Amino acid sequence: MAKRRVAVIGAGMTRFMHRALETPKELAWHAAHAALTSSQLKLKQIDCVVLGTAPDAFDGVHMKSEYLADGCGGWGKPFLRCYVGGGTGVYAVAQAYFQVASGIFDTALVVCEEKMSSCQPHPQAAFLTIFDPITEQPLKPNLLWIFALEQTRYMETYGITIEEIARVAVKNKRNALNHPAAQLSAELTVEDVLASEIMAWPVHRLMVSPTSDGAAAIVIAAEEVARRVSDKPIWIQGIGWSLDSAYWTNRDLAYPEYVEKAAWMAYQMAGVKEPRKEIHIAEPYDPFAYKELHHLEGLQLAPKGEAPRLLADGVFERDGDLPVTPSGGLLGVGNPIAAAGMMKICELFWQMRGEAGKRQLPGKPERGVAQAWGDLMQVGTVVVMGTEKPD
Amino acid sequence: MSEQVAIIGIGVVPLQPTTPRYSFKEMVFEAAQKAYADAGISFDEIDSFVTCAEDFNEGISIFDEYTPDQLGCRQKPMHTLTQDGLHGIADALMQIRAGVAEIVVVEAHSKASNILTPDWLLDYALDPIYTRPLGFTPHALAAMDMQAFTHQTGITPSQCAEVVIKNRLNARDNPLAAYAVESNRTSVEASPYFSFPLHEEELARAADGCVVVVVANETTASKAAKRPAWILGTGFANDSPTIESRRWGHAEYARLAAQSAFRQAGIKTAHEIDFFEVDDTYAYKELQHLIALGLYAEPIEAGRAIESGATRRDGRTPVNVSGGALGMGLPLEAHGLYRIVELVLQLRGQAGERQLSRAKIGVAQSWRGVPTTSGAVVILGAEPPRG
Repeated sequence: MAKRRVAVIGAGMTRFMHRALETPKELAWHAAHAALTSSQLKLKQIDCVVLGTAPDAFDGVHMKSEYLADGCGGWGKPFLRCYVGGGTGVYAVAQAYFQVASGIFDTALVVCEEKMSSCQPHPQAAFLTIFDPITEQPLKPNLLWIFALEQTRYMETYGITIEEIARVAVKNKRNALNHPAAQLSAELTVEDVLASEIMAWPVHRLMVSPTSDGAAAIVIAAEEVARRVSDKPIWIQGIGWSLDSAYWTNRDLAYPEYVEKAAWMAYQMAGVKEPRKEIHIAEPYDPFAYKELHHLEGLQLAPKGEAPRLLADGVFERDGDLPVTPSGGLLGVGNPIAAAGMMKICELFWQMRGEAGKRQLPGKPERGVAQAWGDLMQVGTVVVMGTEKPD
Repeated sequence: MSEQVAIIGIGVVPLQPTTPRYSFKEMVFEAAQKAYADAGISFDEIDSFVTCAEDFNEGISIFDEYTPDQLGCRQKPMHTLTQDGLHGIADALMQIRAGVAEIVVVEAHSKASNILTPDWLLDYALDPIYTRPLGFTPHALAAMDMQAFTHQTGITPSQCAEVVIKNRLNARDNPLAAYAVESNRTSVEASPYFSFPLHEEELARAADGCVVVVVANETTASKAAKRPAWILGTGFANDSPTIESRRWGHAEYARLAAQSAFRQAGIKTAHEIDFFEVDDTYAYKELQHLIALGLYAEPIEAGRAIESGATRRDGRTPVNVSGGALGMGLPLEAHGLYRIVELVLQLRGQAGERQLSRAKIGVAQSWRGVPTTSGAVVILGAEPPRG
């Protein structure tokens, strides 16, 4: 049996903020409600609910999915939570895609929520518990250190300068100025970024995304439903995900092979042969400034080591050949882990529907790619969406 | 008609109260090796992998980091579900039907013996704002639910205690079981109350173990080394997680999950099913779940059935022939997959002394324990589904 076509028909999100007054359930509810309103469906018309949320340690709730279930609308119906660390926000769309494409369900509400501020004094402490308890935790590593390692390796391998990396922060925080949900938008210069304090050399404070509270959600539907209820469905053309070995210390950190694997899985499904020509808009994961460049290379949107040059040439600007992170990304909008990945999916949806307000890109983007990443520099999750119905 | 999907291989580590000589990775490796050999495949033929695990149970945040190596899925599609293993089977089926994968591996394990303060950990599953500050053990939710259940159905606490005796007895013929100890009505009812009216002996005890299941599409399954166990239907559902608004005494999640699984399988009544493996985390839950699956016209019949022996191995509708969680032990998220293992062994005719004479269609049902209202149902058959 031919698989069914699946489209995104609604999207919504909360503001991303440092510390929300809302409970985790309330954040999830706001996003779910906004997405439902946008799709013009009612909760009772939703066949299943998929939740994406990253470590339970942030919210401080064991079996967080069960706690969040009713906030997401997931009671009295099929509900599950999928989880691939930081890659969850984009992966959740893949999960919902095959749940609907399989023919088991016709509609799905996909909600991603994160409330990091519950983790005191700082959510960074929770990240100590992601490391191997025997070989790594005794060294008391933290995320900034390991990403400083990866950034150094990336810069060293390709001869990239710190100024080139800083440009990502400048671009994304500027793009976020027009995002009504943004937490850390700013008009900055490369000098401002490099003048900010060094967190772990060579990572400066303004090259790091903040910790955030927030939620984002979409509604997806099988073709029959999507056609009936939406005049502008945005089709899910390809999904891909790939998880590398837990032994990250044995990997060459200069290039994310797992992102490449995930990207080709999604491109093949979408019938994309030359990503640099066929992708009009990209939302790669940018928790750190260098990661956007690193991921663009993994996504085959720039040759290895050349993303910084393309950025300097203006290719990735809003009016460039390939607008990258027009939302403002994690650096500008904020980084409530799983919700940040979902925010990127929402951005593709709004941009391709022409509903991105002041952020609306010139021309009519017809195909976009969103990507998220997580774990121990280990997982790539990719979704390709477009205005054209897949074969 | 949708593509048929089957389980073509299983690998199991026998349940044990504690496993000091194994790391969780070694357990997963062992189960994976057994499963791949059972299915007659090599790890590089597998398209996609699913692990069911919870961070706090593992003691590691973002647990999916540690899943790939021992399963042989480096740089492959792999994701975790923070759900029971049966949700993982439903997930595998959906990936295959959607054309995303042809062979999917589902893994779940338990290293419960590593959790030094399980009840304290469970407290963290309560709503942090409205419920946790009340300072009670989540097991009390089961006790309250049992009160409502016995009150509403007329089933007696003694009938609930019979479940323990039956399942422990069944476990004595299961080499995978950790708690095949002899028990009788006195030993159960004389055990201290854990949380009234639940006796200590009516709680399944934690155990360590691992199950790996290989799920495949029709083409692969028809060439499989062993007789495939066809997935006739899957279902999963949640009731309200908020304790103020759930339906006490009634397993709504199991009813909804069963409804969808039965519909997929084209099964009209539970009487078409030969044997059941249902959740018995607390003794009364077995009866409550059988009622939710629609096995009885009136709930009180569940109490009569356990007393009359209708759900014993030699009864009319055998339930938890494996020994269930009460007899085998409760292996966290792997709970549902141990139910699947029993179904597959029975359908293949490999259940040894426990082998049922009639085992063509079996049902596995799981529940994620207190304080959740999350459950799943999988129906397996010896023959492919009817067109």
